[in-house]
Amino acid sequence: MREVAIVGAGMTRFGELWKYSLRDLFVEAARGALESAGADRLDSIYVGNMSGGQFVGQEHLGPLCADHLGMAGVAAARVESACASGGVALRLAYLDVASGASDLVLAAGVEKMNDGADVTAVLATASDQENEVYHGITFPGLYAMIARAHMAAFGTTEEDLAWVSVKNHRHGAKNPNAQFRREVTVEEVMASSPVAAPLRLLHCSPVTDGAAAVLLCPLSEAKKYTDRPVKIRGSGFATSTLTLADRENPAVLDAVQLAAERAYKAAGVGPKDIQVAEVHDCFSIAEICCIEALGFADRGRGGQAARSGMTALGGKIPVNTSGGLKSKGHPVGTTGVAQAIEIFEQLRGDAGERQANGARIGLTQNMGGSGASSVVHIYERGF
Amino acid sequence: MPSPRYTREIPGRYRLEAGRCSGCGKLVYPVRRVCPKCRGREFETTQLSRRAKVVTSTVIHVPPSDFQMQSPYAVAIVETPEGARMMAQVVDCDPNQVLPGMEVALEFRLLKREGRAGILCYGHKGVPITPGG
Amino acid sequence: MAGIVGYGAFVPRNRIKSEEIARQWGKDPAVIQRGLLLKEKSVPGFDEDTITISVAAARAAIDRAGIDPMRIGALYIGSESHPYAVKPSGTVVAEAIGTGPEIHIADFEFACKAGTEAMFVALGLVESGRVDYAMGIGADTSQGAPDDALEFSASAGGAAFLFGRDNLLVDVLETYSYTTDTADFWRREGEFYPRHGGRFTGEPAYFKHVLASARGILEKANLKASDFRYAVFHMPNGKFPLSAGKTLGFKQEQLETGWVVPQMGNTYSGSSPTGLAAILDIADPGDLILITSFGSGAGSDSFVLKATDLLPQQRGRAPTVQSMLQGPRRYLTYGEYAKYREKLIVND
Repeated sequence: MREVAIVGAGMTRFGELWKYSLRDLFVEAARGALESAGADRLDSIYVGNMSGGQFVGQEHLGPLCADHLGMAGVAAARVESACASGGVALRLAYLDVASGASDLVLAAGVEKMNDGADVTAVLATASDQENEVYHGITFPGLYAMIARAHMAAFGTTEEDLAWVSVKNHRHGAKNPNAQFRREVTVEEVMASSPVAAPLRLLHCSPVTDGAAAVLLCPLSEAKKYTDRPVKIRGSGFATSTLTLADRENPAVLDAVQLAAERAYKAAGVGPKDIQVAEVHDCFSIAEICCIEALGFADRGRGGQAARSGMTALGGKIPVNTSGGLKSKGHPVGTTGVAQAIEIFEQLRGDAGERQANGARIGLTQNMGGSGASSVVHIYERGF
Repeated sequence: MPSPRYTREIPGRYRLEAGRCSGCGKLVYPVRRVCPKCRGREFETTQLSRRAKVVTSTVIHVPPSDFQMQSPYAVAIVETPEGARMMAQVVDCDPNQVLPGMEVALEFRLLKREGRAGILCYGHKGVPITPGG
Repeated sequence: MAGIVGYGAFVPRNRIKSEEIARQWGKDPAVIQRGLLLKEKSVPGFDEDTITISVAAARAAIDRAGIDPMRIGALYIGSESHPYAVKPSGTVVAEAIGTGPEIHIADFEFACKAGTEAMFVALGLVESGRVDYAMGIGADTSQGAPDDALEFSASAGGAAFLFGRDNLLVDVLETYSYTTDTADFWRREGEFYPRHGGRFTGEPAYFKHVLASARGILEKANLKASDFRYAVFHMPNGKFPLSAGKTLGFKQEQLETGWVVPQMGNTYSGSSPTGLAAILDIADPGDLILITSFGSGAGSDSFVLKATDLLPQQRGRAPTVQSMLQGPRRYLTYGEYAKYREKLIVND
């Protein structure tokens, strides 16, 4: 397999973007990526999107996106793995280039959540329709159960959860593209309205419109597009049981663990080598469980990471310098690609006030459903 | 929910029918075609007992639209004595009391209605077992 | 001879006190309680209906009978609040208890008499030899209109009776039915609440049919009130059944075990059947029991029953009615009650 580089990136602001349709969002991000690399053609397009069908009644996003980009004819398909759709789109784009089949590929993510759909119902389709949703569970409810299991097994507290939101808002306040650019305090988080006990509103990522895109090519050709490429060193992907009740231990995200093992092996690095990471904090508890599964914290000790500053900018392993899903926003299918863009900028030294100084090796971890799928990518400065 | 889909699930939902893998003995609920442990394809039908223990739980404060009027309500992952785990609401009690370790009886309940004119969907919910009850 | 081989009951755990309802409508709670002799009533949750109540009662009946449910050849549910207008309740209950598809099922309806009707027909089918076992269930979650007298009494609950020919817990010695066309209480298709004829529901309806049915069966069986240990009548409120009982010559001690209405309200098709279950929970072998139901429209079914030696041996296998009346329960405010009973207009 050839080595693959990211040579361009583009994204929209994240937020409630009433004036933008799904097509508008995709085109802005995609054009941004192409223009930043001075590219004017593509071999293929992978569009990560959880549910154009349920949010705006639109399936068949591959040809729609290619067409609206002015590139009808290009091979294009939508990729779906619930909230991991973006990360999986990135992986498929990576494999398309690595295999030698394509030389210039766009990995994009787009989600239009605010066009009047019943968002709770749509997001619930990422869990088990017959055996979970049937009983009245919601997405926050599933993570609330994970939180309670983690709290019962390891003594994690509600305050530990609040610290994750506080840290990520502090980072997001420095991100011009973030949905929420204000800090929050622990007290505010702990007093916000209950969503699914023990999770409160400020433990939960918001409903967001947004798109993001990255341009991939073989590392050997990166100079055509940029003198500061970022290599993808490894990709790992894994699934676990769809239903939370079928997991070995609801407090342990085994899909993340497995995806991480595969990515570390492919990249030839370990958790200690990672200098900056974007991790899937759809709910505060998710960041805690994910950093354990990624090996940044020991099993059960993830609750202390945000509180102690270990995962803050300036700490041992800055996590979610973009603001994470919580503060930056979570347009479901887009997130995985947006995470890649943050690491791309970090490793190029372009992250401005959010810069993790001297970072050369970074990681993104994207996750679907209640941890039923996860994809991990490891990046290295390519110059 | 369209009725063909609902009707297929009746044995599992109404009678807690599970499958025991003839190859490795793993209990599968609800029934499936392939054993998740040994990939065997032969199962014996068995019925779960109508008692369980709460493994983890939450209280839903922001419900899906078809559960609107019922919130807040407790939902839990419960485990039967045979070792099967399932999602179930726990009702007829203060939802904040539904915590890991609580013992429940599984009672037949109306889980939801498809609006004013659609079908009625039944299943089981947990009810706390009080000492001596 | 055929009889009852298993029985069970179920009362929902939510309650509302009559004083809370009285307070809502600016009525004096003391007057209401004296007039109707009702303390509180059971309220079904959003997730409870005639079907769920019937399943619980039927499961208890099967536990007491100790038979394989697949041997049940017929299942009948009588209610005036079947969850569907068209689609049977009985089929859901049959699948839930693990019987069928070789089974006969029909839903019955006759205001508050539908439960004993189902029992009547189940008994007859077993006696004829067409089936080995048949279940008759009476269950309801009926509505009372806001600020109407029925709002104090209309409640939820039910009981199931499994009939067979062997290992009887209760012998059925005699049956009798008395029926006329009397429009004392009715509900037209599409209407949410029933209507009634006020005082016309008393003398010419309830009392005429209950007394005629009870007198009819006593004469047919050549028995008098003092031969019985227990009697239970349909309970639209606390007063009517005591009054009917006294008129027929029954004493307070004979009536009080089955008189469950002050604590649970009138469960319509489940009313006298649940009272009967409460009696069977404590009756001694050899005790004679009279049950007389009443359904508006109007009619009254009576049964003369006799407890056997097997009854005390089997009945411990399922909860008693008293354990449900005294057990864990939650008292609702009128607002919560109105929400559960869908008396609030909501957006679809």
